[in-house]
Amino acid sequence: MISSVQMASKSKWALILSAVILIVFFLVSILAPWIAPHDPIQVNLAIKLSSPSWEYPLGTDHLGRCNLSRLLYGARVSLGFASLIFAASLGFGLIVGMLAGFKGGWIDLLLMRFCDGVMAFPNLVLVLGIVGLLGPGLWQVVIALMMVQWVYYARMIRGMVVSMKEQNFIAAARISGSSTGKIIRRHLLPNVLPPIMVMGTLEMGWAIMDISALSFLGLGIQPPTPEWGAMIQEGKAFIRSQPELMIYPGLMILFVVISFNVLGESLSERLGVKRRY
Amino acid sequence: MSLLEVKKVTHAYGSLRSFWRPQTEAEVLSDVSFSIEQGTCMGLIGTSGAGKSTLGKVILGLEKPKKGQVLFQGEDLYTMNSQMRRQVRRNLQVVFQDSYSSVNPRLTAEKIIGEPLENYERLSASEQKRTIGQLLEQVGLRAEDMKKFPGQFSGGQLQRISIARAIALKPKMIVLDESVSSLDMVNQTNILKLLDELKDQYGLSYLFITHDIRAAYSISDTLTVLEKGRIVETYYDKDEIFTSPQPAVKNLVASILPEHPRNRTIANGKHFVQV
Repeated sequence: MISSVQMASKSKWALILSAVILIVFFLVSILAPWIAPHDPIQVNLAIKLSSPSWEYPLGTDHLGRCNLSRLLYGARVSLGFASLIFAASLGFGLIVGMLAGFKGGWIDLLLMRFCDGVMAFPNLVLVLGIVGLLGPGLWQVVIALMMVQWVYYARMIRGMVVSMKEQNFIAAARISGSSTGKIIRRHLLPNVLPPIMVMGTLEMGWAIMDISALSFLGLGIQPPTPEWGAMIQEGKAFIRSQPELMIYPGLMILFVVISFNVLGESLSERLGVKRRY
Repeated sequence: MSLLEVKKVTHAYGSLRSFWRPQTEAEVLSDVSFSIEQGTCMGLIGTSGAGKSTLGKVILGLEKPKKGQVLFQGEDLYTMNSQMRRQVRRNLQVVFQDSYSSVNPRLTAEKIIGEPLENYERLSASEQKRTIGQLLEQVGLRAEDMKKFPGQFSGGQLQRISIARAIALKPKMIVLDESVSSLDMVNQTNILKLLDELKDQYGLSYLFITHDIRAAYSISDTLTVLEKGRIVETYYDKDEIFTSPQPAVKNLVASILPEHPRNRTIANGKHFVQV
């Protein structure tokens, strides 16, 4: 049995390390146009599949595009759109969860049965179905992922609101003359948000995996825009001669997703949040 | 006119509505009537499940009863307009049993006690701070404690904070829902003493809801016994409770442990204890 002190210090380093890695990735994705050595979609067949050099630190791909630049720009797509999906599903989930939890009755019943319905499908299958309906493209993927992810937030928030609504401090606030808006702002949101942030970091990891997976399948981002999943797909043809074309973007996905997971786990440990949904 | 009048209140909780079976209702309060005068304390005694807490909620305006009326200063709580209701709210405060769950763990004592003040008094920041400091001292804590979070207080101290919040608006009446039941004997006695002092100081009225006949006896002027949602009897002279012929009341009285263990026998209603 690890003592709580040891555990705290262990999770502290994990927290710091994963946070630093993610901050670096976010900075890279913001600063990509300035730090990338080349235009990521500039084709130059004369130098295709070249090995690393000073000019092209990670070599070039089958169309002679700079691998490093493509990886850096790829961070933009993955992190940017994962953040967008996170924010949108959190916002929508918050509204629905609060409404269902606070109002109760048939509104609650209706909304939650709908969520159950969505959750009954394996996520990726449902996303594939929606993308199939909307047609391939990054925005379609983003919309599909949002449509699937908000239910998890909604359900969790609804559960927390229902259990918190019974707590005496909410009744006491009401008796103190606070309006419903004030009770939500002051008592519900601050207590709901920490566990949701934990869940959000874990979901970010999933969103990045999903975006990459769909791009790999050719349903997400369309060429020539650089994206890690799409890069793996393009490098697939050269798996014997130049496996690094797949390894580099694969490592990127690995690092980011692991960092999000470690961050989420150590946050949940620190905030004393149990994972549930 | 009584300060609070409960008239023929009947309330029931429905089972979870389901498509498959019809909703059933369990009556928790039936035909409950009593009144509380300004400046007095009524002890409402009952065993678990007697409907005490539901009655507390109904009186606080949190749970609309199926039938009956709750009149506060002669006005019906559940039919008055929102402005009146706001005024009633300020005069009708509460202290709950579980002191840990009655305060938001993420707010400091200052914010907790300040909440009713913000909503009604609109004081300047420094004035509010001073008032909160005074309130804390009044309930036996220090003014510096206002910066602390609930996790840094003991259960008894948190209960004092809840009391400070309840008296912040100088209400006419406070519902004490098992307010001392979860505290140890020493703390119970201290809080009861504090409540008694505050009552004299502000001319407060209390509805003291409890299962503890001794605590109720020590603070109340009148006693009411509730059993299975019905009022068994009301004693305007609280000593009458010890001579009541009602079996339910006899049982309650018999459950008090005599001070000396030698005098203790198994209480089954036949045995009668003199206090």
